[in-house]
Amino acid sequence: MASLPAPLRGVFPVLLALLLLGALQVVVGQLPFFVYLSSVVGVNVILAVSLNIVNGMTGQFSIGHAGFMAVGAYVGGKLALEMKDLAISGIPHGVSDQLQLLASLAVGGAAAGVAGFLVGLPSLRLRGDYLAIVTLGFGEMIRVIVSNLEVFGRALGLSGIPQTSSFMMIWMCVFVVVLVARRIQDSAHGRSLLAIREDEVAAEAMGVDTTAYKVRAFVISSFFAGVAGALFAHFVPIINPGSFTFVKSIEVVTMVVAGGLGSISGSIVAAVVLTLLPEVLRSLFLQVGGLEGGAALAQKVDQIRMPVYGILLVILMLSRPQGVFGSRELWDAFPRWWGRGRRAEE
Amino acid sequence: MGDLVQHLINGLAAGTIYALVALGYTMVYGVLKLINFAHGDVMMVGTFGAYAVAVGLGRPAQSSLLGVAAIFLVAMGGCALLGLFIERFAYRPLREKPRLTALITAIGISFTLSYGFQLDFGPLPGAAPRAFPEIIPPREWLVFGDRTVVIWNWQVISLLIALLLMVALQALVYRSRFGRAMRAVSFDHRTAALMGIPVDRVIALTFMLGSALAAGAGILFAIKDTVVQPLMGLYVGLKAFVAAVIGGIGNVPGAVVGGLLLGLVEEFVVGYSSSSWRDAVAFSFLILVLLVRPSGLFGTVTAEKV
Repeated sequence: MASLPAPLRGVFPVLLALLLLGALQVVVGQLPFFVYLSSVVGVNVILAVSLNIVNGMTGQFSIGHAGFMAVGAYVGGKLALEMKDLAISGIPHGVSDQLQLLASLAVGGAAAGVAGFLVGLPSLRLRGDYLAIVTLGFGEMIRVIVSNLEVFGRALGLSGIPQTSSFMMIWMCVFVVVLVARRIQDSAHGRSLLAIREDEVAAEAMGVDTTAYKVRAFVISSFFAGVAGALFAHFVPIINPGSFTFVKSIEVVTMVVAGGLGSISGSIVAAVVLTLLPEVLRSLFLQVGGLEGGAALAQKVDQIRMPVYGILLVILMLSRPQGVFGSRELWDAFPRWWGRGRRAEE
Repeated sequence: MGDLVQHLINGLAAGTIYALVALGYTMVYGVLKLINFAHGDVMMVGTFGAYAVAVGLGRPAQSSLLGVAAIFLVAMGGCALLGLFIERFAYRPLREKPRLTALITAIGISFTLSYGFQLDFGPLPGAAPRAFPEIIPPREWLVFGDRTVVIWNWQVISLLIALLLMVALQALVYRSRFGRAMRAVSFDHRTAALMGIPVDRVIALTFMLGSALAAGAGILFAIKDTVVQPLMGLYVGLKAFVAAVIGGIGNVPGAVVGGLLLGLVEEFVVGYSSSSWRDAVAFSFLILVLLVRPSGLFGTVTAEKV
């Protein structure tokens, strides 16, 4: 990649990913279960990686991520509902659908970003555990406000959103969020975030405008949470306030903490494993256990998921508080192959 | 007029529960500087313990004086042990680690307890809410002779217990040897250890005390709500934390005042708008307090040292 001219170097990986995902879409787009599974996984990866920008890189512990996901899901979903009967003329139907999806992702993400700015500005004055509780409070408040608005269908939520989330679009978003997170990590901006994480007072003394950096990290993170929410709205039949409680936030926090605070690849791996494990177990039980016993066992998997997350958090904190990956990255193992291993930290 | 008075009474009754749970929160925070996220869930476990004892005792025995005492004692004792266990195995190993580590652990314990109790294998209770026995037979007083303003006997009992506990805890913290040890540990636990204070024991005892208080509050909450279910602790716990912060966390009378205030505000907002806003009230109140007066109503402002 080093031989490419600079402006192309930025676009090249995106084009490459676009081509690869397009090819994959043709191959796997016909398997409904696989598409569903990869959608759930993809959304969770976006959530985990975006939360990692705040919780891992900047060291500000937010546990209200589901609130921003809700903003994206509702705003994006509402826009999609409004655009439902429209189609862009002159291009194939499928392409027009994807362009509309892209529009609602952008709008949902932007709305969540604005929400992140509004929340971040006052609350990032607080530190540590107080910040955590306030983000939780804001997340819950967003949910309560949404469930009181007539436009968003109150407690019933929105239904009938076109189911246009495609394998390609979801994984393109995953790719973009990972790329953005990595570029942040490797930039001067990212070094400032790491400085804030390591010692806020010292960072301030070295001339880092801590408030501005923290708010910016928060806005970027909420933007992608909104994108994830909008994607989510486009593949589940109905969205309602119950999908965005703080239980969801804690789920994402578990992924980030388990993968390693500050490790992008850790978040990805943890999100994939923690999402796939229950899904695979459930479908396995459904197939092996026969109709009745299998269904009961599959239900047990759902029930047992949250306590397992809880125990996982406790065990992790006691034995390996930095998470499985620490702040290392998977791609550090292949330094030459990927980005020649120039890392901002360490 | 009757409306207003009734809201006042209901608000105070709701606030009483928050106050009782907040007392435990504030004690633990005062000593450990740890938001014990699992406090509400310890309360839930205590309430289930009380439920089991009450059902085991059967109908006439459960509402006799001895029966009620047994219910409270078993639930509070059991919770004290649970608190001791949690402190010993989950929090103590993390005492020298960054505070967030302990907070994440607390969240983990909270989820383990609340969702673990939703499972229904073996002795676990399962998710369905169940009716809590009437261990204090409800009796109502009609203030104006009609149903415009109604006061229940358990509302008065809860409020009295909360005030009594507040006075007792205040005396414990400021008038006893143990309280002096607690304050010393809270101030600086390393120096306290050098001065011969058994820090581990003080913290463990504070935890047991806080958990026992939670169990007591849980029983009163169950009497008010008439049902028990595994997720009851999550929101009550969060709101009690809000109450403790409003009053100035670590401050005993502050927790009670904060709880009553939160109950009143919530009741009035809900009473004059819609009950679907209930959960937003506490958090907006919390955010407002933290932005305007981060140390709470009665807290002391501490400067951050580098």
